[in-house]
Amino acid sequence: MSPEQTLALGAFIFALAVFVGFLLISKVPTMLHTPLMSGTNFIHGIVLVGALTVAASANDTLGYIIAIAAVLLGTLNVVGGWVVTDRMLQMFRRRPAADVHKAETPPPTTTDH
Amino acid sequence: MQPSALTTLGYLVTAVAFMFGIQLLRSPATARQGNRIAAVGMLLVLGITAALIHNTGNWPLIIPPIVIGTAIGAVSARLVRMTAMPQMVALFNGMGGGSAALIAAQDFRTAVASGTAHPYITWAIMVSCFIGSLSIAGSMVAFAKLQELMPGRPLTYRLQSVVNGLLLLVIVAIGIYLIVVDQNLALFAVYIVLSLILGVLFVVPIGGADMPVIISLLNSFTGLAAASTGFVLSNDVLIVSGALVGASGTILTLAMSKAMNRSLFNVLFSGFGSSVESAGTAAGAEGGAIHPTTVEDLAPLLAFAQLVIFVPGYGMAVARAQHEVKDLADELEKRGVTVEYAIHPVAGRMPGHMNVLLAEANVPYPQLKEMDAVNGDFPRADVAVVIGANDVVNPAARTQTNSPIFGMPILNADEAKTVVVLKRSMATGFAGVDNPLFYKPNTLMLFGDARTSVAALVAEVKKQ
Repeated sequence: MSPEQTLALGAFIFALAVFVGFLLISKVPTMLHTPLMSGTNFIHGIVLVGALTVAASANDTLGYIIAIAAVLLGTLNVVGGWVVTDRMLQMFRRRPAADVHKAETPPPTTTDH
Repeated sequence: MQPSALTTLGYLVTAVAFMFGIQLLRSPATARQGNRIAAVGMLLVLGITAALIHNTGNWPLIIPPIVIGTAIGAVSARLVRMTAMPQMVALFNGMGGGSAALIAAQDFRTAVASGTAHPYITWAIMVSCFIGSLSIAGSMVAFAKLQELMPGRPLTYRLQSVVNGLLLLVIVAIGIYLIVVDQNLALFAVYIVLSLILGVLFVVPIGGADMPVIISLLNSFTGLAAASTGFVLSNDVLIVSGALVGASGTILTLAMSKAMNRSLFNVLFSGFGSSVESAGTAAGAEGGAIHPTTVEDLAPLLAFAQLVIFVPGYGMAVARAQHEVKDLADELEKRGVTVEYAIHPVAGRMPGHMNVLLAEANVPYPQLKEMDAVNGDFPRADVAVVIGANDVVNPAARTQTNSPIFGMPILNADEAKTVVVLKRSMATGFAGVDNPLFYKPNTLMLFGDARTSVAALVAEVKKQ
């Protein structure tokens, strides 16, 4: 493919993905804003793919240093971003169980609703 | 490099996994699964990349940063307290931005050395370097502000917007020169340094209360940086994933500013808190004396109430008082008191912050009431217990047109028969605005660490 074609195809894919991104995040409950930000934070950790690609072809000292730093930062984004998100979401895990418990054993005089 | 058909199919699976993952993240019941599906997509694309570069001799260079990054990332993200999560998101977001900038910088060096620095590629290099540098510098400032390594209040100076605007113009001019005229490496270094400086200047004037919005914005920036890295390397999966994050991050940013009833423009350029002094004076003039109270006086008030509404804020998060608050709620419910929790959309330092903390303490989900649902309950509440919240219950947002938070939707805690405010001191909230609620005749102040205070209340209520 010529550089023009590669660029045009890239722009095509970019526009479609932007559209999907807009559609995916409509009407999200407020309480999930933070986990969602954290989850997308993990996803852009995919720059690590780019970091690995340039690291593979680095061939001088400064290039090695830049590549190592890029891989390190990318890895931190991927791993840290995922673990932070998972920890946030872990907090929501017990909720359905808590709902059931609440429904089964209501406090004796809590009828004021 | 033209990827094979199999590679492209693998990229497709990854892209779909990311989209599906985000889709599942929209509901609490499936969110964790969504994050796992996204992780599967990430592992797949990293595996494909490893296979593509397997015959390089550079593995001894690549393995150590991966091992070290994994160890530091996993351990720090595990050890950090839940209250510090916002700044961890900022930190890891900055790492991604920095990585994108470095990738583009290295590609520029290679392209210049081999004489292939064609505008079809260099435009993307410039975009990637600029946004990536902006993102890492801005994220570090956001991290420092939230970690209280530097003042959280807005740092403003004269002609701020003008200086930033001029700096942006200079950067754009240098970028165009580097693309069109001459691929000078020294000038390219200047370009990166100026982009970093702009990132710092961009976030420094923004106050702590607006940090969630800024982190979300920087998150979508890093997504765009990743997408432009995809253009640099002609890698479609980077373009798709980056665009996905850039777009969804933008929508999320707008949703967050909307929850605070402020436009994004307002957040970015108003220098939140710059009119604090006049507003503070107004509140002080109106305010009379405050009414300190004791645990012994409060306990019977709570134990014999019909309806008690807890209003948690960042102070509860800092004191890690959520378990004690749950204990207090349990004790009150045993005595027939109805307990609700009023959750302001931006209470704490991130939307959803309070939900996460209270869920950790096993507070039943139906008791967590969102602002619109709970505001009608306050007039019939006997006691509203404000635990380390400030700006989100400040009635000045309804009445004082000159207040910086005027127009922000608030929890109408002041409409409860009695308001109890648990607070460390009379300090102002993030917005730096005085709170007339504290001076109302039906407001009682209980000073001290929220966790200690609530624990003492639990013990005292048990005696009732």
